[in-house]
Amino acid sequence: MAALRKTFRINKKDFIHAGEASISVKNLLKSLHVDTKLIRCVSVCGYEGEMNVVMHGGEGILSVEIDREKVILEISDDGPGIENIDLAMQEGFSTATEEQREMGFGAGMGLPNMKRNSDHMTVESEKEKGTQIRMSFSMADEKGE
Amino acid sequence: MIVKELAEQLELKVLAGEEGLDREIKGGYCGDLLSEVMAKAPEGCVWLTVQGHQNIMAVAVLRDMSAVILVGGHSPDEDTKQKADKEGIPILLWPGSAFDLAGRIYAGLA
Repeated sequence: MAALRKTFRINKKDFIHAGEASISVKNLLKSLHVDTKLIRCVSVCGYEGEMNVVMHGGEGILSVEIDREKVILEISDDGPGIENIDLAMQEGFSTATEEQREMGFGAGMGLPNMKRNSDHMTVESEKEKGTQIRMSFSMADEKGE
Repeated sequence: MIVKELAEQLELKVLAGEEGLDREIKGGYCGDLLSEVMAKAPEGCVWLTVQGHQNIMAVAVLRDMSAVILVGGHSPDEDTKQKADKEGIPILLWPGSAFDLAGRIYAGLA
């Protein structure tokens, strides 16, 4: 099949609609009969990425591209950027506020979860300009969670 | 076991998402850190948590959960209930501890 691409807006601090882009992506993959395990991996990554934008980023976009071999998930925002990507990738590191922690966020598992559930992940970020995360998922691979 | 049977057996109050009461329960998960639940909760589980805000429903949908059970007397926000109704994933209430409920559910599923 030809590559199918869809994009969704993620609004800054919009906890009300947070997660809806990932749910749309999940439903899209389901309608295309993509393997259930792969859908779960894409769901984890989409949700974590989306929540990162809502909590820390600015206005954002989540886009998904699907072809016969792979799923590509891209999440970008124009927020404050990640100061130290290596540190942010460490499990347990978080810059979430006290209020966000009380809601069960800020475990410092977002980016590590995304890395673990994707086959390849790149993070690019510039201070005051924003962050772009790109993840790919092979249709053929079995991924551990 | 389906959600309806569990609710009846343990006298759990069904607060929202009634459409999903016939969902099959394949396991359970306890947790209040959303990323941890998102990463580890099994498909078809009942999720025991104290979190009642609307973001729990996205986790429940994305993890294909059977139901969310708010423990310890916690209750969901109004918009959480609306999302549960929209997605057809039941929200149940349990006044006691997660430990106590998890033990009963585990015994019932074993």
